[in-house]
Amino acid sequence: MNLTSHGKQAATIEIIQADNIVRCGGQWSLAGIASLEFRLASMQWPVVKALQFDVAEITAMDTVGAWLLHRTMYRLEVKGCAVNLLGQRSEHASLLNMMQALKLLTDHSTIPPSQNWLEKTGLVVWPHVQQFVGMLTFVGEFVMLSIRSLAKPSSIRWRAILYNLQHVGFNALPIVGLLAFLMGVVIAFQGAGQLQRFGANIFIADMVGLLMLRELAPLMTAVIVAGRSGSAFAAQIGTMKVTEEIDALRTMGIAPMELLVLPKVVALMIALPLLTVFADVMGVIGGMVMAKTQLGVSYADFLERFDTAIKLSALMVGLGKAPVFAAIIAMVGCYQGFQVSNSADSVGKQTTKSVVQAIFLIIVADALFAVIFSWLKI
Amino acid sequence: MLPEPIIEIENLCTSFGNAVVHNGVTFSVNRGEVFGLAGGSGCGKSTLLREIVLLHRPQSGSIRVFGKDVLGLDDAAALPLKKSWGVMFERSALFSSLTVAENVGLPMREHTQMSEALIKEMVAVKIALAGLPASAGVKYPAELSGGMRKRAALARALALDPELLFLDEPTAGLDPLSATAFDELVLHLKKTLGLTIMMVTHDLDLLWQVADRVAVLGEGKVVGIGTMTELSESKHPVVREYFYGPRGRVAWKSHGNKS
Repeated sequence: MNLTSHGKQAATIEIIQADNIVRCGGQWSLAGIASLEFRLASMQWPVVKALQFDVAEITAMDTVGAWLLHRTMYRLEVKGCAVNLLGQRSEHASLLNMMQALKLLTDHSTIPPSQNWLEKTGLVVWPHVQQFVGMLTFVGEFVMLSIRSLAKPSSIRWRAILYNLQHVGFNALPIVGLLAFLMGVVIAFQGAGQLQRFGANIFIADMVGLLMLRELAPLMTAVIVAGRSGSAFAAQIGTMKVTEEIDALRTMGIAPMELLVLPKVVALMIALPLLTVFADVMGVIGGMVMAKTQLGVSYADFLERFDTAIKLSALMVGLGKAPVFAAIIAMVGCYQGFQVSNSADSVGKQTTKSVVQAIFLIIVADALFAVIFSWLKI
Repeated sequence: MLPEPIIEIENLCTSFGNAVVHNGVTFSVNRGEVFGLAGGSGCGKSTLLREIVLLHRPQSGSIRVFGKDVLGLDDAAALPLKKSWGVMFERSALFSSLTVAENVGLPMREHTQMSEALIKEMVAVKIALAGLPASAGVKYPAELSGGMRKRAALARALALDPELLFLDEPTAGLDPLSATAFDELVLHLKKTLGLTIMMVTHDLDLLWQVADRVAVLGEGKVVGIGTMTELSESKHPVVREYFYGPRGRVAWKSHGNKS
């Protein structure tokens, strides 16, 4: 059997009724097996007490061929037909013996029973319940740890916090700034047409200011950061879990929560409000540029109107949400990282989950804030 | 009968940047033998294996597998070659998103015309051949122990009934009992399936147990080649160090004296 002889000779099997002989020939291997399988399925076996398999013409045999022969013989024997092999080569015999020794056809105890609908439903629902409980436990642990750390500030890892601050905060400045600027441009552009109809051009400052400061800047920044940093947290912790680095930390008596989670949450809670302020500024500048080109409102007029129309509370409402969003992003990211099991596949899955869940929770929180602020009449 | 060479390596040179790994490696592996490739860490054993299976290109030299020069082959020409060898990686490299049965079935689904039912049966055969219980088929690699993962990787390497099997550190990370069981499995498969096996290993016990011939790499060259008994009498310092270090002596005492 070598490369060049592949595909030369197909495997054959035929029944010679008169003598109760089954003649097999050709290559009973992957190369020659293509049609044999279907031939076997459609064969009409004579109902007799004994059959002779003449296998002398089989030129090559591998595990597939041996398996098919073994299966055919076994099925005949179950039907009460004794099977004899004629002219078997020794190397083929050892393969056939090996197939018999595996006892795959005789041993049915190993097949696991299938699940019923109740079990299947349970298997789908239970992980969600566990996930919810797990998240609550995680938040609880985190809060306890924060209280302990506050009581003993020397245990806080400032270096890790600064490192994270650079990555989630400073490095995010260009993308957050650009998107906020474009956001301001888009709002002003959409609003310009409407305002122009009423001759209320100057109110563009009210619109851009309120929208950006109260709602869009905090929300957009949070969404960008969730996609940028939340996923990075999940992937980092998840990969550390796969490579057993988390376990290594635990055995050294270093709490992974303290080393990995706390600095990330603290850093993000500092960085996100700062990024939001930056987004506010860039958004308003975007609006200003658009106001000038579309509505002819000069920068000076815009800023004067902005000064009188937008109260400090608008800025504070927006900034107040940012730390909450930051906590959501960091906690969800870290939690999903710890949920990774030992496979590369699961790192990807949990990272995706972290982003989806974080954005979902951010929008839910934003809606709750809107309700609370309207009660408080802010 | 003259031994028929399956793998012929001539004057192979490899370097990574300034580090020269192979500097004129030459040897051949014959049909039907278990060939061991030994040597200290970083001597380029695994790199050599990767070069044979077309994962890495050497700087110069020639590698012939089944008489074909593999270095000049394009993807289409290399495919029949890839179907006729199976590779078991050191860290098993099972696809973690697929179950063991799906892992083993993947090459069959890709490269053969077998029906789905027959593929399922053959997957069960290969899983049993590798010495795994049938219940392991539905599990994911992450749910298996190290030894079982190795066996699953072996089952996948055997999926297409290869003529040539490459094993990279087959017993690394296994406990002595599992490693011994693995030795026996390799011998059994070689005998019944008529395989040619080339393995890269540090495991002297494995080499004494299964290898027909062994090449020791060192200083970028083959510093010794032959049966383990022949090698244990070699005068080359690298080979002597390898065989007569504390661990080598133990393995030599338990196997070498017998033969």
